[in-house]
Amino acid sequence: MPESVIAIGDALPYLLEGSLVTLIVVVGAMVLGLVLGVPLAAAQVYGPPVLRRLIGLYVWFFRGIPLLVFLFLFYFGLCTALDVNLSAFTVAIIVLGLISSAYQSQIFRGAILSLPEGQFKAARALGMSDLKAICFIVLPQALRLSIPGWSNEYSIILKDSAVTYALGVAEIMARAHFVATRTYQQLPLYLAAGVIFLILTYAGTKGLRLLEEKVRIPGYSPQGF
Amino acid sequence: MPTPILRIENVSKRYGKKDVLKGVSLTVNKGDLKILIGPSGAGKSTLLQCINFLVKPDEGRIWLDGQEVHYAHKRDLYAYRQKVGMIFQDFNLFDHLNALENVRIGMVKVRGMGNPEAKERAVMELERVGLREHMYKYPAQLSGGQKQRVSIARALAMDPKVMLLDEPTSALDPELIGEVHSVIRDLGNNGMTMIMATHQIGFASSLANEIIFMEDGRILERGTPEMIFCHAENARTREFCSKITELYGETR
Amino acid sequence: MEEWLYIQTEVYPALMKGFWVSLQLILPSSILGLFIGIMIGVLRVYGSRPAMAAANTYVALFRGVPLVVQLFIWYFGLPYIKIYLSPFIAAVLGFSLCSGAYHSEYVRGALLSIRRGQMLAAQSLGFTKVQMIFSIILPQAIRRALPGCGNEIIYLIKYSSLAYMITCIELTGQGKILASNSFKYTEIFLIIGACYLAMTSVASLVLNRVEDRLRLPGFEHHRI
Ligand SMILES: Nc1ncnc2c1ncn2[C@@H]1O[C@H](COP(=O)(O)OP(=O)(O)OP(=O)(O)O)[C@@H](O)[C@H]1O
Ligand SMILES: [Mg+2]
Repeated sequence: MPESVIAIGDALPYLLEGSLVTLIVVVGAMVLGLVLGVPLAAAQVYGPPVLRRLIGLYVWFFRGIPLLVFLFLFYFGLCTALDVNLSAFTVAIIVLGLISSAYQSQIFRGAILSLPEGQFKAARALGMSDLKAICFIVLPQALRLSIPGWSNEYSIILKDSAVTYALGVAEIMARAHFVATRTYQQLPLYLAAGVIFLILTYAGTKGLRLLEEKVRIPGYSPQGF
Repeated sequence: MPTPILRIENVSKRYGKKDVLKGVSLTVNKGDLKILIGPSGAGKSTLLQCINFLVKPDEGRIWLDGQEVHYAHKRDLYAYRQKVGMIFQDFNLFDHLNALENVRIGMVKVRGMGNPEAKERAVMELERVGLREHMYKYPAQLSGGQKQRVSIARALAMDPKVMLLDEPTSALDPELIGEVHSVIRDLGNNGMTMIMATHQIGFASSLANEIIFMEDGRILERGTPEMIFCHAENARTREFCSKITELYGETR
Repeated sequence: MEEWLYIQTEVYPALMKGFWVSLQLILPSSILGLFIGIMIGVLRVYGSRPAMAAANTYVALFRGVPLVVQLFIWYFGLPYIKIYLSPFIAAVLGFSLCSGAYHSEYVRGALLSIRRGQMLAAQSLGFTKVQMIFSIILPQAIRRALPGCGNEIIYLIKYSSLAYMITCIELTGQGKILASNSFKYTEIFLIIGACYLAMTSVASLVLNRVEDRLRLPGFEHHRI
């Protein structure tokens, strides 16, 4: 077994560099998902019926097709067809972000719907426009309520990011595989990759739980009673 | 000559540092209806649950029909529980089963009866509590009084020798109490042995052959309804009885 | 015309073959996964202390590590200790073990949501612990776990595409081969996407049906 220990030891800096790549992909995708997801959610709750339908379709589309298929479609298909030159790394962030925006929009939508109706009414009674009421009253509350769902989303994207190895993004999995095939220490290296993911998953979830505590409004409960 | 059917000796239970039952002894004869009264926290529910070993007593022994129950022995315990029916304050009907299935499931799973036979018996028991026409309803579709009557039918279907009733009507709206009381009264008239905790002393005194006043994990005083409600010896008993008469006295 | 011929003679048969393999992956994995999930869920709530700890560890590991990594361990890793699995078996094993861990979360939550009174009532009728779990608690808990478990099955359908990465050529794999040969990446992967969309949509319709069928009057209301 010492061979495997040596192999892991040698590969560790390389793998840890990979976890930096992984984290950038994950954070990028989450931010993209957030930026798209929030307006999608608001529009799906408050928008006109046609828009709601369209957003429903968007969500259905991005939630119904595997990540791997999207990655292939965007990287090998659309990038060539549209003649844009994007790196695998960029495509990975875009695809994970688009898929996540569909999921995140449903997290936010649930949170908005769980707010008592009075909040929106009271804001309008103060003379706020709908947009202002949404931005200053509804969303600040809804975003807080979304943190548990968000932390779940983090751990999902983190794990999904390993799939981007299929495009050759130099994240943890790709590097583990690269070293494994050269040193013939497959099992130890994949296990090492697993452990790194495990640590990232639990560290991230823990961090988001701390965030949740930090932004909690005293005495505020989700049902708003 | 009365025959003792259930004997409880020196049952004690503590939760952490708190002694909830401090050596309670009780003998119940065939056909008896014993009523447990006492303030909240006196240990009535705990005593009833100890009798059925839903709560494991720390000390004490229990005999049914002259046979000591060894609850550590699983098979004995399950057999014993079949013979002791339990009625809960909040009914505890099985939420995923309709009234008929609620009554039937114990017969099928525990007594090993065949389905048709069990169904026939279940219908009969539901008829006895006046719910034949509601037998396909689910718990959520029944009123509180109806739920409690189903739970009584469910217990009766096991052919219990003793029934334990823990405030069977205290979760019910006043206008629903009567229907449950009349079922219990019928049971008593047919010779069912029962121990019941209740605050409905009007009903209790009309039916009970003994009232047991509990406080702080002990039996403080016991006697006929007349003795307890009118000539109690203990000052605490008198105080409790007058308070409770004020509150629940008229309901029968 | 040429296009049409290509679709008829190349694309269609290949995709049907791939689709069939996908189904063969998905069906056993989802059934096995659900079974594992229920068992592990029960252990996590009612098991003895060591069993509970073991089940919790299993879930933490399998939920914390990406499915790709798990698949790689089963297929490329195990030969290291002289265990050889076919790509298909490795995929089914990986899918079942992973989705079982996720299912168990919903099963566990549902079990914990069953009111204590239900158990007291069963015990007071003389039910044994096993009888109580199987005829009173699980039938209620499964209904409550169903929406979550259904979602998990939808995920499984999508994740079945990862079998391609351990050389089990299913729908996505066939697509990749076709596309690499013809360079029609966009078209082929749109078709593949549509196939998955159809599968996930049908599955979620079926699952909703099942949920409706199992729905009991008022049952979902008194969650505590
Ligand atoms: N599981 C438990 N853990 C700790 N303490 C308990 C538990 N169950 C009951 N107790 C305590 O035991 C005491 C007796 O409770 P019990 O429910 O038997 O009273 P009771 O006479 O039935 O009262 P009530 O009229 O309110 O039903 C109470 O002080 C209660 O707080
Ligand atoms: Mg009580």
